[in-house]
Amino acid sequence: MRWISDPLLTVDHLSMRFGGLVAINDLSFSVGRGDITALIGPNGAGKTTVFNCITGFYKPTSGRLALTHGTGAPAGAIDALTRSDLRRTRGANPELFLLERMPDHEISAQARVARTFQNIRLFPGMTVLENLIVAQHKTLMRASGLSLAGLFGLASYRAAERKAFELARAWLNVVGLADRADDPAGDLPYGAQRRLEIARAMCTNPVLLCLDEPAAGLNNRESAELTRLLRGIRSQTGVSILLIEHDMSVVMDISDHVVVIEYGVKIADGTANDVKNDPKVIAAYLGVDDEEVAAAGGGVP
Amino acid sequence: MQNPGDALKKALLAALITFGLSFPIVALRTDTNLSNQLVLTERWSLAFTLSGIAFVAFLLLGLVRPAGDERATPKTARSAAPPHPFTRYLPRIGLAFLIAYPFLAVAISGSAGAVKWIDNFGIQILIYILLGWGLNIVVGLAGLLDLGYVAFYAVGAYSSALLAKNFDLSFWLTLPLAGILAAFWGLLVGLPVLRLRGDYLAIVTLAFAEIVRLVLINWVPVTGGYAGISGIPRPTIFGYSFMPGPDNIATALGLPASPLYRLFFLFYLALVLALAAYWVTTRLRTLPIGRAWEALREDEIACRSLGINTVTTKLSALAAGAFFGGIAGAFFSTRQGFISPESFTFMESAVIVAIVVLGGLGSMVGVAIAAIVMIGGTELLRELDVLKAVFGGEFDPAQYRMLLFGLAMVVLMVLRPKGLVATREPTVRLKPKVARGAPAAE
Repeated sequence: MRWISDPLLTVDHLSMRFGGLVAINDLSFSVGRGDITALIGPNGAGKTTVFNCITGFYKPTSGRLALTHGTGAPAGAIDALTRSDLRRTRGANPELFLLERMPDHEISAQARVARTFQNIRLFPGMTVLENLIVAQHKTLMRASGLSLAGLFGLASYRAAERKAFELARAWLNVVGLADRADDPAGDLPYGAQRRLEIARAMCTNPVLLCLDEPAAGLNNRESAELTRLLRGIRSQTGVSILLIEHDMSVVMDISDHVVVIEYGVKIADGTANDVKNDPKVIAAYLGVDDEEVAAAGGGVP
Repeated sequence: MQNPGDALKKALLAALITFGLSFPIVALRTDTNLSNQLVLTERWSLAFTLSGIAFVAFLLLGLVRPAGDERATPKTARSAAPPHPFTRYLPRIGLAFLIAYPFLAVAISGSAGAVKWIDNFGIQILIYILLGWGLNIVVGLAGLLDLGYVAFYAVGAYSSALLAKNFDLSFWLTLPLAGILAAFWGLLVGLPVLRLRGDYLAIVTLAFAEIVRLVLINWVPVTGGYAGISGIPRPTIFGYSFMPGPDNIATALGLPASPLYRLFFLFYLALVLALAAYWVTTRLRTLPIGRAWEALREDEIACRSLGINTVTTKLSALAAGAFFGGIAGAFFSTRQGFISPESFTFMESAVIVAIVVLGGLGSMVGVAIAAIVMIGGTELLRELDVLKAVFGGEFDPAQYRMLLFGLAMVVLMVLRPKGLVATREPTVRLKPKVARGAPAAE
């Protein structure tokens, strides 16, 4: 139950409205440090909207998204930060971030939250290797000293570039794409593009990796490979993973923690086993009558 | 190959359409005579010649071309074919040719004939190469469609001219200042349009260029309005000038007077500026900022998810592009000695965009070739007196320049939809040379 004892990300009373449409309504859950957390729910439940709020692509209507970079934050530190108008604590240990106040590129660069997309978003015309180098933009940009050090090829920049290169090469080996490094990313087969997108996200050196339907469009063998890949990434880097997934075999196989939402409201939260047997979850997925849910003790008001 | 009957049918149709189109505008021409009356000139032979050309051209095309739709192939052939070895050496061959060019011109057409070849062709083309490479950063690399690039050219030309005339600054100082001022205007136009892309950005930049031109026309006390600015100081080198006078460099060195020294100087100056632009752009492409520009062109949302600040990335691309536009403008003003708003119309922007698109978005060599073809080609059309033999004595090829210019663009875009050089060279490689057909890691 790390999501209670040691939360990395705490989502508090998150709401997102688009005009009259309520996509997320007062949603609260937390992501445990080092856990693989799955966010599931029927189509249109608001899962991707939650992702877009966490990664700053949407500004939530209300609510708080607090992220801590280490353990042992003093009690009340998050509330203190919330009362101030700062986005993050500077120099504090551990560092705290309020994601709802940050623009998307800062969430990636400072709070270190990386994401992939439901419909893959690579840079198709650039090579596989270039995709991974672009992901290290922030580190390289700092080393290139407003491009001047880079323009004149100073040693400090060349060293930083070499390091970026090595990191990219390491991730290429992890996802098994070293042979295709110099091919345009758009030429890769679908499954390889999915793996490349994960490798690219990992090149930003995240503490939280958000995967939007990573197994979509993969066959059974590829799904099993993906499961292995995600486990390997977690055990080697200690990154926490939050994923949206429809493939229940993947979800039940790798998740430490499953959060189920329907119509923007959380209906279940717990380990994979707890959630699997929850009558409300079964109802949401199989479309059982409301009366039956009530009879089964779901407690629909 | 097509069925000859089909080809004949198509050719006849093409000839008929050409005749139908040329009948009202070519065959029947109205002129005003001396007493201000409209008179009708009939030019049936010209109309028939045009239809005949269309007929022959379509017949040949129909007989030579394979029947299937071949326009589908270039799209899939994105990366498969390795670049032709010729393209690898093209930059070096081109550079050697450019360095030797003024001497070749003098050797071939004599010192009097060389003026035209160095000035109208050489220097003119180099200015457009510089402009094309500048716009290539914005359109080709960052993928921001800028239809008002001429505004930065104008800012560079006017700021350099005004600084030189009003503050007596040397050309060597106004040149970088013009670039910096143009880059500043690039940032300024960038700020309000940051959220725009594609068509919307194109419209706003188009409007911006018009605003700049209207300001130049109407701010008479500063810019001289339609009259422009004349007497812009010519560049000097170590205090010696290239214009007739006491400090003329030829007189000082005891050489015979000739306008060629000035042209040689301007040509090599333009060449150095263009090469500097080439060096900076190719360097920038392999730096994080350049890779971020290309990533921005490919997918802006993915950029944001990787921590790339798209605002500063777009602004830096606009500013870098504008900087080279300003440099080109400063050079233009000192070369002409006279500038007026006439030189900075939308047509100029359109030509520069056409050069970048025809050359192949993002390709430095492609843009250079396109500049040579477009600018050199239209200049060359003034020379084509041969055409008089086909169309009759009063035919003036220069009048049909823009028509042929447009025709050439259409043909190029049909044959090479991704531009002359469509292959993209990666900025970094894991292996020096990719082994083709290597098994994929699956």
